[in-house]
Amino acid sequence: MKFPKYFSFWQKAGMHGLRLTAWLVLAFLMIPILVIIPLSFNAEPYFTFTEGMLTFDPDAYSLKWYAEIFNDDKWLLAIKNSFFIGLCATILATFLGTFAAIGLSNPVMPFQRVIMAMLLSPMIVPLIITAAGMYFFYTQLGLSGSYLGVIIAHAALGTPFVIITVNASLSGFDYSLMRASLGLGAPPVYTFFKIIMPLIRPGVISGALFAFVTSFDEVVVILFLAGPEQRTIPRQMFSGLREQINPTILAVAVLLVVISGLLLLTIEYLRARSERIRSGEV
Amino acid sequence: MSQAELSNDAPRVRSTLTDEEMAQSRKMQRRRKLIAFAFVTPLLIFVMIAFIAPIGTMLYRSVYHPTVAQLIPDTLEALSSWDEKGDNRPDDAVLNRFAVELQQLALKRKSGKLGEEINRAMPGTSSVIKSTARKFKKLDTELLKTEGAARLFASKPHWKEVEIWRVMKSSGAVFTANSYLTALDLDRNSLGEIVARDTQVYIRLYLKSLKIALMITFLTAIIGFPLSYYLATASPKTANTLMVFVLLPFWTSLLVRTTSWIALLQTNGVVNTFLQSIHAISEPFEMLYTQSATVISMTHILLPFMILPLYSVMKGIDPSYFRAAMSLGAKPIPAFIRIYLPMTVPGLSAGALLVFIISIGYYITPALVGGTDGQMISNIIAFHMQSSNNWELAAALGSLLLALILALYWLYDRLVGVSNIKLG
Repeated sequence: MKFPKYFSFWQKAGMHGLRLTAWLVLAFLMIPILVIIPLSFNAEPYFTFTEGMLTFDPDAYSLKWYAEIFNDDKWLLAIKNSFFIGLCATILATFLGTFAAIGLSNPVMPFQRVIMAMLLSPMIVPLIITAAGMYFFYTQLGLSGSYLGVIIAHAALGTPFVIITVNASLSGFDYSLMRASLGLGAPPVYTFFKIIMPLIRPGVISGALFAFVTSFDEVVVILFLAGPEQRTIPRQMFSGLREQINPTILAVAVLLVVISGLLLLTIEYLRARSERIRSGEV
Repeated sequence: MSQAELSNDAPRVRSTLTDEEMAQSRKMQRRRKLIAFAFVTPLLIFVMIAFIAPIGTMLYRSVYHPTVAQLIPDTLEALSSWDEKGDNRPDDAVLNRFAVELQQLALKRKSGKLGEEINRAMPGTSSVIKSTARKFKKLDTELLKTEGAARLFASKPHWKEVEIWRVMKSSGAVFTANSYLTALDLDRNSLGEIVARDTQVYIRLYLKSLKIALMITFLTAIIGFPLSYYLATASPKTANTLMVFVLLPFWTSLLVRTTSWIALLQTNGVVNTFLQSIHAISEPFEMLYTQSATVISMTHILLPFMILPLYSVMKGIDPSYFRAAMSLGAKPIPAFIRIYLPMTVPGLSAGALLVFIISIGYYITPALVGGTDGQMISNIIAFHMQSSNNWELAAALGSLLLALILALYWLYDRLVGVSNIKLG
């Protein structure tokens, strides 16, 4: 680290202390994520490092927990369900959320603040309350224990994220572009897809990713609404952690970390792109 | 448009538009409002049905309690004319009708359900109801119609007491605030007055949840502040690279992070093994399934929610204010506290409110790592939903929690604005 010459000893010491603290906090954030990676290759059915693992004995490592995932019908069903429910909920949430965000960001929108607060409330209300309420209500409609019920529930939980991201990408939106297109005789649908959509696409896609992660990670509503056929990955992990802990869960966890890493890269790429669009560099 | 209208002699000339043009403009404005609203309508309807209606149902369930009324409708009808405030138990005719109804329930295997319901208001009655029902199964219905009361007394002396009939009558009310009384550790005495219960269960639980949430909020602020400051003052390249280490945990599944903490904290887990191998401790610590485990793992899980708003506010603070204070002779620490810290308050309050709101209603992590001591209010709601089947109480506890959250959400909206929430 380089300091200006006029810095006193204590100022330099303070800056070093700050850097050390920052790195310690980063370590606190990352170590729990990183520690499960070697543990998932444990040859023994434990959640901890064995003697052999610490001395890098190749026999102490194994891929068997990963093989276990793909040999277990329960996990395979859970993986299939997670992706199916996640994708359906994402499509529904993205579609509804994008339109709503376009309406809400329009300055003439009436009751904008109240409606916004209401539409974002699924993000704030504790999941246990949402899940209990949905259990009461969806059972009356015959939707509990069905894919449709779970998809609707997850879509409702995902829409706030779509509204937020699309809203952010609309914050610098120039409405005269839309009016120009309409004024030049383009039909509204054409204007939507050719003028609005390309400008807000990064927001829509990152909103969709947030909605997907929300569904993919959600377990409380699943605990209350889903039957055995709708078990998802987090649901399977939850019962695994409660009933019989074995390193298959760690192997699944590592796969999920890889997925979230990929999602993070995509989101960051989109964010950079959206910033470029807004600053007019593209 | 005439020249007169354009002349400036006129505050009374409010517009240079003709009436016709103004009407048209108003119409256009209305049309644009309508179009904007039309975009929002589909989601509004969807959220109403998929989210608001379920929450409404839960609020309704917290005061709607039909179970007892469905089990013993005939008895309750007979009890309606009885004065429960007096010292006399209901007439034998009423008791006879109850005896018949109890037999019917016993034959339909529903007497246990009645016992469970009455037992909630008057502990110990479950066995009274169940054993009487068992005896009544074999008896002749005609006999019960005439001497049911005597048979009840013969079976258990408890039926002679006035209290059990009071409880029966009050449990039979379809709409009742009793669940809220229970949720606030209150009870009705025999005169119908509201009194505090001897053992405080739920108030203590709420206080414990608030304490845990406050601890987590405080810890995330203390830990998050230096890192956010470091990131905000580092070069953009370093900051962007290090930001990945904040965002990767943020994007990682909650269950994955909870799993990691189980692996780290359990008795033979990574932390204990490490501490033992460096001979810092001789016996493993019991860290998992404690309140500390809940606090530590939730601090880790919610830390990004503190860092992200704090970082974005700190990035907008001009460092020259701080430098100016220093060059004017302020000492670093007072300058930091009086100049820099107040400017970070918007980020700090946004992060703190967000972390507090999320942590107060947390369910999964306390359920998995908390043991008995680390349970929060959500866990008890889940318990009453799934295990004890006391849905009314679960709904009442949930409604109180919801009221708390909505108050905080309103505060957040006033201070930060919900439309200013940024993700990532």
